[in-house]
Amino acid sequence: MPHDHHHNHEHTEPPSDLELRVKALESLLVEKGLVKTETLNAIIETYEHKVGPRNGAHVVAKAWTDPGFKQALIKDATEAVASLGYCGRQGEHLEVVENTNDTHNLVVCTLCSCYPWTVLGLPPAWYKSAPYRSRAVSDPRAVLKEFGTQLDEKSVIRVWDSTSEMRYLVLPQRPQGTENWSEQDLQQLVSRNSMIGVELARSPEQKGEGDK
Amino acid sequence: MKGGHDLGGQLEMGPINPEPESQEPVFHADWERRVFALTLATGMLGKWNIDESRHARERQDPLAYVQNSYYENWLEGLEKLLVEKGLVSIEELGLTANTPGQTTESLLAPNPQIAQEILSFGAHSIIKTDNEPLFGNGDSVLVRASQTAGHTRVPKYAQGVIGTVVAKLGCHSFPDSNALGVHEGKFLYRVAFSGVDLWDHSSTQTEVLIDLWEPYLDGAGN
Repeated sequence: MPHDHHHNHEHTEPPSDLELRVKALESLLVEKGLVKTETLNAIIETYEHKVGPRNGAHVVAKAWTDPGFKQALIKDATEAVASLGYCGRQGEHLEVVENTNDTHNLVVCTLCSCYPWTVLGLPPAWYKSAPYRSRAVSDPRAVLKEFGTQLDEKSVIRVWDSTSEMRYLVLPQRPQGTENWSEQDLQQLVSRNSMIGVELARSPEQKGEGDK
Repeated sequence: MKGGHDLGGQLEMGPINPEPESQEPVFHADWERRVFALTLATGMLGKWNIDESRHARERQDPLAYVQNSYYENWLEGLEKLLVEKGLVSIEELGLTANTPGQTTESLLAPNPQIAQEILSFGAHSIIKTDNEPLFGNGDSVLVRASQTAGHTRVPKYAQGVIGTVVAKLGCHSFPDSNALGVHEGKFLYRVAFSGVDLWDHSSTQTEVLIDLWEPYLDGAGN
C-alpha cells in the first residue's frame, strides 16, 4: 500500500513487489525491442495531460449554445465531435444521450471499463470499481444518491451498459440562470461526472468547484 | 464465461466512495502509468485484438479479479498475452531485467509519432456484410443463456430476460469470435429492458439499454 502513507517518507520506502514487477517487465520489453521508452512516455503524456474531460466540456457547451451543432451531435456524435478535433481510440463509435426534464441518462460498463476516451480521457477509479459496475444497472437511484444527486421521483433513469464498441456521452441539461453565458464560461459548469451521468451540470453558484 | 468481471447486479460490493472529481489524479501510482502505456504500446504490435485483451484479464480466479486493483488486472492480462503469443517466456518474466531474452520474430515497435497516429486514428469495429439483420426496431427479443466457456459480451443479468430492440447499430466485429482471433461480423442491436423485468417490481422508472449481438438473441414475438 505505498500510497497510503506517502506524506513524508515517499523516497525512502522500498519499492513494492508490484513496482518491481512492472519495472522488470518494462525493461524486458525494451531490451527485446518490443516497446520504446519514448513511446511509452508519449502515451502517458497523451492520456495524463492532453486527452481529458475538457474535450467533453467543450462538446457539451457548444451543444448548449449552437443548435445546429447539437442537432449534428445527436445525429452522428462521432462525426460532430471529430469536427472539433476529438477522435481516435475508444471514441470510434460515439453516441450522445441527452438529459431532459423527464429522462436522466447514466453510463456504465458492467463487464470492464469501456468509456469514451476521446471526450472524457481515462475513466476515474470509481467508474472501474466493482461497487459502481454492479449497482449502476440494478439500483441507479441509490448510486446517484451516493454522488449527492437527487432526481425528481417521476423522472426515468436510463442506464447505458457499454457492452459493445459504442461509447456513450451524456449531454447534461443546461443549468438555469445561464441564458447570457458564453460557450467558454459554460464549459466551467460541465463536470466530468455530469457527462457520465452521476451528477448534474454545476449551477452558476458552483462554477468554481472544478478548480479546487 | 463466468468470471469475476461480470459484475452487473452483483450484491454486497460495498459503497462506491468516489474521490472528488477535482482531486482525482489520472493515475494513482507510477507503476499504473507504466502498465497502461505498456498495454497500449504492446497492443500496437498487432499480435492480439481488444477482445483477446479483455479475455486475458477475465481469465482469472473470480475472487482475484475483484480483489485486484484495476491496473493489476491489466498487468495480469498483459503478462498472460505476452507469454501466450510467444513474445516472452515464463522464465523471462521471472528473471530480472538484466537477462535479455530471445525474440523469436522481428516486430516493429512503433515510435512516438506512429503511436500517436495509431491512437488518434482508432480502430473501427464495423464489418461489411451483405446479410440482413434478423430483428427490427420494436421487436421483442429474449436474451439466450450464454453457452460459451470463452469470452462473451452478454452480461449475466440480462440472460433469460425479454427486451425490445430500439436501434439497429450495424454489423460489428463479434467479440466471442474475435477473442479467439476470428474476425467476423454480426449484427448489433440496442435492446431496452425495463428495470421491473430485470430486477423486481420496485425498479420502476428505470430502463437499461444494452448493446447485444444477434447470436445472443432469440425472437420473442412482437
